Amino acid sequence: MTEPNQINPPDVGRINSARRQLLIRGAKAAASIAAAVGVARWLYDPKGLGAKKVPDTFFGEVKGLPDFSVPRKDGQVISIVQGQDRAKTASKAIELLGGIERFISPGDIVVIKPNVGFATPSILGATTHPDVITAVVKLCYEKGKAKKVIVTDNSINDPASCFTISGISKAASAAGAEVVMPKDSYFSPLTLEGGSLIKDWPVYCAPFAKANKLIGIAPLKNHHRSAASMTMKNWYGLLGGRRNVFHQDINNIIAELAMLIKPTLVILDGTVTMMTNGPTGGSVSDLKKTNTMIASCDMVAADAFGSSLLNLKPADLPYLSIAEKAGVGAVDYESLKPLRAEVI
Amino acid sequence: MKITTVRRISQLFFFALFLWFCIVATVGDKFWQIRNWPINWFLQLDPLVALGTILSTGKFYGPLHCALGVVILTIIFGRFFCGWICPFGAIHQFVGYLGNRGKKVAEKIRLNIYRKAQCVKYLVLIFFLGMAAFPSLASSLQTGLLDPIPLVTRSFQLVLLPILDRGTYLTSVNARYYEFGWLILAVFATAVLLNLIIPRFYCRFICPLGAFLAIISRFSIWRIGKTKPQCINCKTCEKSCEGGCEPSGNIKIAECVLCFNCRDDCKHDLIVYQTVSSLAGETQVDVSRRGVVLSFVSGVLAAPAIRLSGKVASNWYSGVVRPPGALAEPEFVKRCLKCGQCMRVCPTNVIQPAGIEGGLEGLWTPILNNRIGSSGCQLNCVACGQVCPTSAIRPITLDEKGGLGEFASAGPIKLGIAFVDQGRCLPWSMDKPCIVCQEDCPVSPKAIFTKDTFTTVRDGVVSVKKLTGDSIEIDQSIPAGKFGTGDYYALFEDGSRCKIASNTDTSIGISEGKLPASAGKVEIQVRLQRPCVDIEKCTGCGICEHECPVTGKRAIRITAEGETRSKDRRLLL
Repeated sequence: MTEPNQINPPDVGRINSARRQLLIRGAKAAASIAAAVGVARWLYDPKGLGAKKVPDTFFGEVKGLPDFSVPRKDGQVISIVQGQDRAKTASKAIELLGGIERFISPGDIVVIKPNVGFATPSILGATTHPDVITAVVKLCYEKGKAKKVIVTDNSINDPASCFTISGISKAASAAGAEVVMPKDSYFSPLTLEGGSLIKDWPVYCAPFAKANKLIGIAPLKNHHRSAASMTMKNWYGLLGGRRNVFHQDINNIIAELAMLIKPTLVILDGTVTMMTNGPTGGSVSDLKKTNTMIASCDMVAADAFGSSLLNLKPADLPYLSIAEKAGVGAVDYESLKPLRAEVI
Repeated sequence: MKITTVRRISQLFFFALFLWFCIVATVGDKFWQIRNWPINWFLQLDPLVALGTILSTGKFYGPLHCALGVVILTIIFGRFFCGWICPFGAIHQFVGYLGNRGKKVAEKIRLNIYRKAQCVKYLVLIFFLGMAAFPSLASSLQTGLLDPIPLVTRSFQLVLLPILDRGTYLTSVNARYYEFGWLILAVFATAVLLNLIIPRFYCRFICPLGAFLAIISRFSIWRIGKTKPQCINCKTCEKSCEGGCEPSGNIKIAECVLCFNCRDDCKHDLIVYQTVSSLAGETQVDVSRRGVVLSFVSGVLAAPAIRLSGKVASNWYSGVVRPPGALAEPEFVKRCLKCGQCMRVCPTNVIQPAGIEGGLEGLWTPILNNRIGSSGCQLNCVACGQVCPTSAIRPITLDEKGGLGEFASAGPIKLGIAFVDQGRCLPWSMDKPCIVCQEDCPVSPKAIFTKDTFTTVRDGVVSVKKLTGDSIEIDQSIPAGKFGTGDYYALFEDGSRCKIASNTDTSIGISEGKLPASAGKVEIQVRLQRPCVDIEKCTGCGICEHECPVTGKRAIRITAEGETRSKDRRLLL
């Protein structure tokens, strides 16, 4: 029993313990407050995104693609070779322009951009024929001493199906090239200076990251909207996003692509020409044997010549004159004195 | 080696095998992609798949013959499939193990007691079988909703692997989408998380396959049981009992999944796998007759009740576009397991698990959504029919799909027909050239053709000031550069038309055609190619819909009218 008025001696231990608890908790609380304020200060955005000047892009824009072209040699701009065997005609066409050594230097990393738009077998002619790819890849490695050859395209149909069914995957891999399938992350927004359509638009840039040469290889096809799909239209495959909106102004987009992309060389395969139902075809009856292979440093000239195989005039392809005005090349391919040959 | 160790190895092996078959269900030419891997093996082993389709179709579909092996082995040995093979069971067992680590033995024993509610799974089974059993009323195969093999297959194929693929791209080049994936995941996650409440919750209370195997294991020759009627009643045998079958006393033999944990845990070696019933007593399937009758009648009535919506009859929804080779809808819903194999294998990702647009019974069945994936249904692909385990989608050839060779007279298989929405189509309603749909139509000759027309643009009638050489000077201001795209023409009063090469705000340059001698007014016209669909040629592949630049609601869309699989939906004469 304790006396009612007796003052108990203070429980020093308990008080000390309580004080310690308070101090520790106080320190932790202070740290938490400091952290909350710090994070708030760090992330503080007084106006929100809308109040800022609207950025051109969220991702950091790429300004154009590198210039892959080689110095021009008058008289060796375009070659036209007749023949049925694609491997031979393609090699001959390149030989006439000075050989692959003119275009590919030892150690180069080469990107080949065929048309792999559709999941159809090569016999239907809607995609670049694997034989041309094999021939060019081999030339790049064997005579050009390229370090690496990449074959890639951003297909219209499912890319894996397109590369497999067209036979391009197999041919390219067998010849030692690396086949690159498009991934969402391979596209970067790009703006063409002087252009009106390619503005902050996703373009298939990643495969070009380390490349220093670019060869476009296109089949020769009828196209209801743009009259013909050849080497210039082939670059459409480098556009990403919902690129089909550009069909509203097909001629300018083709011309702008030709302004944007400065290839080392383009090859237009007119061994067969898709005369009707392009650019998908779907039947061998859409095709006609035209036995012509074109290699060119000037894609406008190549396409201008190519239009003749479709029984068209260059004037039927407005994008040719638009591109010519922009300085991409010459519509009057005869003025470039095409080198001609025939291989049997 | 302890038998439980062997069982664990077996479970691990079959789970790994299951996972491997999921991964290889990808079109491609790599070794880990679809070669001749038997990716449906687990579905084919599943006796409930076989039983369900037998009831709904009256036939035992050949590739499901492995299920007969499981039935025979179950009749002899009991529910070995549940404890040793089932990949879903392995997941439950593992999660249950994780959830119960550290719990006291008494608590574990309490979790594993037999519960009367374990009879629910028999009622689930009987309900589903009732739905499938009477073709004359309306036979609908819905076992796949809860049958563990289709459930776990679709969960991995349509949800777990695609989630894993985001960022890692292990099994696909680009992210894959599955519209009702969230619901599939919700069911899967619920089933898995219930193990934290009671181990193997799904197996004990819900699994209709387990229920079926329990019923047919009634006469199994070997069974778990006690060699003595009495023991010290320590109940250690129930500490890890997977089936919740009470091996310590009167064993509920139908619930036993042959995990053999009791045999291992009994310190007195009183529990063995033997040919006689447990000396401590044995109870067979414990379910009330009233429950059986009630759930069977409910199932029998549920099928026609669902059909009241008319979704499998005249009220069919036009957006239910089935993959190529799919059977007519009433036959289709008798076979489709909702396993998701077709959706996984589809190289373009266009095949999607449906919601309930095709009726309640159409949940998670395959439909084509051309807005998802890399392309519509590609002409040179028949992958979905090749992998369908029950032939709800027939294994057609490329010839049959394309109407080639011996199928030339039948024509190509139509999935539906493309309809142009003229109110949304750029050339039809906005006077903008486009025809992406026509360009990408893969049929030859193209099913989409164009009607070419010239239309005067808005404010396009301008008065001419002067005609000089190949240019027209005009009186009023027009947007500079706008008409030099190759698509615009100048129409004169005399009816002659010249192509516009370029324009400034007050002059128009002409590239083709000859200017008339004089003109008072000129109309600026745009040449439009307006897409039209040739109903006889269109196969409904959906590539046009996929490519249409009107990205929200496409200006050309496939609906199922005219699809080959249903005669009553035809549109052609």
